Amino acid sequence: MKLIKHLLTIFLFIVIFSCKNDTTTYQCPMKCEVEKVYHHEGSCPICKMDLKPITSISGKTISDEISEESIFNLTSNWNTEEGEIIQLKELKGKTLVMVMIYTSCKAACPRLVADMRNIEKQIPEENLKNVQFILVSIDPETDTPTRLKAFAKENFMDGQQWTFLQGSVNDVREFANVLAVKYKEISPLDFSHSNIISVFNQEGELVHQQEGLGVDNKETVLKIIKTSNLKH
Amino acid sequence: MKTIFRLVIGSLFLWINNVNCQSEMVYIKGGTYTPLYGRDSLQVSISDFKIDVYPVTNQEYLEFVKEHPKWKRSKILSLFADKSYLINWKSDTELGDNQNLKAPITNISWFAANDCCQSQGKRLPTIDEWEYVAMANEKMPDARRLENYNQYILSWYEKPKTFNNEIGSSFKNYWNVWDLHGLVWEWTSDFNSVLISGESRKDVDNDSNLFCGSAAIGATDLMNYAAFMRYAIRGSVKAKYTMKNLGFRCVKSIENNN
Repeated sequence: MKLIKHLLTIFLFIVIFSCKNDTTTYQCPMKCEVEKVYHHEGSCPICKMDLKPITSISGKTISDEISEESIFNLTSNWNTEEGEIIQLKELKGKTLVMVMIYTSCKAACPRLVADMRNIEKQIPEENLKNVQFILVSIDPETDTPTRLKAFAKENFMDGQQWTFLQGSVNDVREFANVLAVKYKEISPLDFSHSNIISVFNQEGELVHQQEGLGVDNKETVLKIIKTSNLKH
Repeated sequence: MKTIFRLVIGSLFLWINNVNCQSEMVYIKGGTYTPLYGRDSLQVSISDFKIDVYPVTNQEYLEFVKEHPKWKRSKILSLFADKSYLINWKSDTELGDNQNLKAPITNISWFAANDCCQSQGKRLPTIDEWEYVAMANEKMPDARRLENYNQYILSWYEKPKTFNNEIGSSFKNYWNVWDLHGLVWEWTSDFNSVLISGESRKDVDNDSNLFCGSAAIGATDLMNYAAFMRYAIRGSVKAKYTMKNLGFRCVKSIENNN
């Protein structure tokens, strides 16, 4: 009996210590270096404050509950470029990187799409399977699933990690309102719109927005890696 | 004959009023108009549609909430409305003491307004549709050049607490639509197409001809200062915002078979 107890304690110790060896990362509490991450304890080189550990999200399980802020509360149906009909909550469990575009766009969208591809390139292979890149059309009348599929192929975005969505006019408005994206039809086939790339965590909560074209996407990439580190 | 006709209309009206969120609508003949920010080349054409005669009232919204519990104050998701959603109500299904059943509903978000219209098979008006109807005064479909039209609206902006007034207490315009000016501001479906706001400022070809100083002079309608204020509000709100002077009414498209 005693032996078993001892064995158990030892076992427990091993477990605890092995946990401690887990990748704990540290960050300056004042964020002097913005999102810079350290892999050891120490002090911030700028403000000299002690680095504080970032609560590791590894091992955290995804709950079934949908939080109030989650976009999975939207019940609208969307057509994908593969001809499937989905609801946003089916994407639960993945980090979502979302942008609104339209395929006939000549000015900003190609650059926005390039920005998306750029971000995707910087995500490590093992994270990538936990990330979904989603392009929602603001011109659902023109951008049919067939057209979206063709666009995906043209732009080398036909992989598993890319999804294109077509919704109803009203649902697209609603979705844009959740993203705080503004857009306006100037003439048929031409829209002006704000260029925002949004990152949602596995629970569908907005964690980051990148505004503008060709801007520094370091922070966006970091946020995606951070939120997609859930499963190892 | 006339009395019977009136009685029928009267009872119809009563009946309609009792149905959830269902209010009387009138027909609007489409046409083209030049929006505030447009030039002659930028005429906007509007198709025929139907619009609610009055803004949606507290009573109508109360009925809507009872049938759609997801919009109750205690149930509302923070994704869909901020903290001041129905803030003056006593409970989920009771108005506040100072609130009139016949006053327009306010403190509701775009999401709530949009869903209320959708639930009756209607929708929110577009900015252009709303402005098209609202540029009328009692007699003319487009009164924007009249001094007293603009003065009326501006003097309303100065009056406090008009959102507590009953529907039908301002004026009925050329299209037989009441209270477009005088009680509350109203949500539009594409309010987020006014491309000026924190998000959009730096990254879109925004309607700079709408807001900058030079823009005021470039705008088609120098008199329409009131409209500038409406566009400015639309550009600055987010869909989950709720305001005590912001309500809504619904419209319906008309299928044209000819």
